[in-house]
Amino acid sequence: MQLARVIGPVVAPIAHPFLVGRKLLLVERLRPDGTRDPSAHHRVAIDTVGAGEGDVVLMLEEGNSARQLFDDAQAPVRSVLVGFVDEVELGGAITLRNEARRTGRTEATR
Amino acid sequence: MRLGRVVGRVVATVRAADLDGEKLLVVQPLDSARRPMGATVVACDVAQSGPGDLVLWVGGREAALALPRTFVPVDATIVGHVEQAASAPAGS
Repeated sequence: MQLARVIGPVVAPIAHPFLVGRKLLLVERLRPDGTRDPSAHHRVAIDTVGAGEGDVVLMLEEGNSARQLFDDAQAPVRSVLVGFVDEVELGGAITLRNEARRTGRTEATR
Repeated sequence: MRLGRVVGRVVATVRAADLDGEKLLVVQPLDSARRPMGATVVACDVAQSGPGDLVLWVGGREAALALPRTFVPVDATIVGHVEQAASAPAGS
């Protein structure tokens, strides 16, 4: 799984039937210290946890697990948001905190 | 899935039999601020896309699963036509 931060929503009304009605979010991948990973492409991920802008999240990046999650062997899906990251500790220090979630800023967007 | 911009069409008359009938488009992958990033890819399409469109696309095995026939030699497919999307600040 990957660490990522939610940039915001993606709306795609004309889409593969599996994607229609699903909540899609644009996310950028993060290093464990909380900075954006410039070498990693962004992802458009399906949200299963109710994430919103600014949230630090756990992103599943493996298609077979994703298809199991949705119980659909034919789903063209690989990136799924499966959890919120509260904090990351590296070498005894907290390097990353989900400020958006801590302050409740994202509640209105859910 | 990633964001991309359709920049062209591909006409390929002689192709693998499993690809018959599949529309082929040239997609420029974008970064989170919608700037071009990396090399273009040739993708199939299930979202009625055309040149100029902002789209969602998938690569790898998922690309074939998105098509009506799932056992096809395809490694990129457009799966959504984006109407609105958040964008990262250009400097990020």
